[in-house]
Amino acid sequence: MTQQTKLLSAFLIGGLFGLGILIGGMANPAKIMNFFDLAGTFDPSLIFVMGGALVTTFIGYRVVFARLPQPAFEPAYDIPQSRLIDARLIGGATLFGIGWGITGFCPGGAIPGLALGHADVWVFVAALVVGVLVGRRV
Amino acid sequence: MFETEFTPLASLAGGIMIGLAATLLMALHGRIMGLTGIINGVLPPLSPDWAMRAAFLAGAILVPGVAALFMQGIVENPVAFASPAALPVLVIGGLIVGLGVKIGSGCTSGHGICGIARLSPRSIVATGVFMVVTAATVYLTRHVF
Repeated sequence: MTQQTKLLSAFLIGGLFGLGILIGGMANPAKIMNFFDLAGTFDPSLIFVMGGALVTTFIGYRVVFARLPQPAFEPAYDIPQSRLIDARLIGGATLFGIGWGITGFCPGGAIPGLALGHADVWVFVAALVVGVLVGRRV
Repeated sequence: MFETEFTPLASLAGGIMIGLAATLLMALHGRIMGLTGIINGVLPPLSPDWAMRAAFLAGAILVPGVAALFMQGIVENPVAFASPAALPVLVIGGLIVGLGVKIGSGCTSGHGICGIARLSPRSIVATGVFMVVTAATVYLTRHVF
């Protein structure tokens, strides 16, 4: 498979992901925060996005692993093997939850919002990048 | 104050598209669709497959941007958007999210969707933790402080 084909494929899959985020309403931080605001302006939309994505991926992965001994463009699947539930996992998830709760932005929600013309998204993503770089040293 | 419209059909359709993207990335490239890992791989020092990750990110940014432009002429309010957080909160929140997802090896896409779909115990625990912490954070910031 040529490199150009792989890059075009990744671009189109990224586009499908971004469109899903946009149509699902997940590029809108207010909508995310309202999902978690059970005691206030509750908006259950996020559960439809996560539920739809999870069920589709659950079925999709099973079909892929049953039918394809290896992925179409690569010699082997590259899947995380760790089963360790440790302080890093819990601590990292806790920090993420605090940041998600105060901003309404997660990485997958913010990236597709970058071309929508809102400066807030760029501020968040710039800080996110710094956070990831710092996180490498922790 | 920041009410948003409940959009079950659009959100379900969006979720199915995200799931199809995750399935295609596995079937064609053999990879988990985790935004944390993809972003990490395009920051120096670059991962060996940085170009493929950059192409994914370019599509994830440009395609919704172009789609939103087309939707502009058809519907009145194509993409509802409100960012309730003040600027300093966005900066601190971005730093905390970046730090957290790197240390915890994943976010909503990698753990919440792909990891749970693989029934990974790590992802199930991480997702449970960040969903509960996010809900608690929103409750505390909106109703207590």
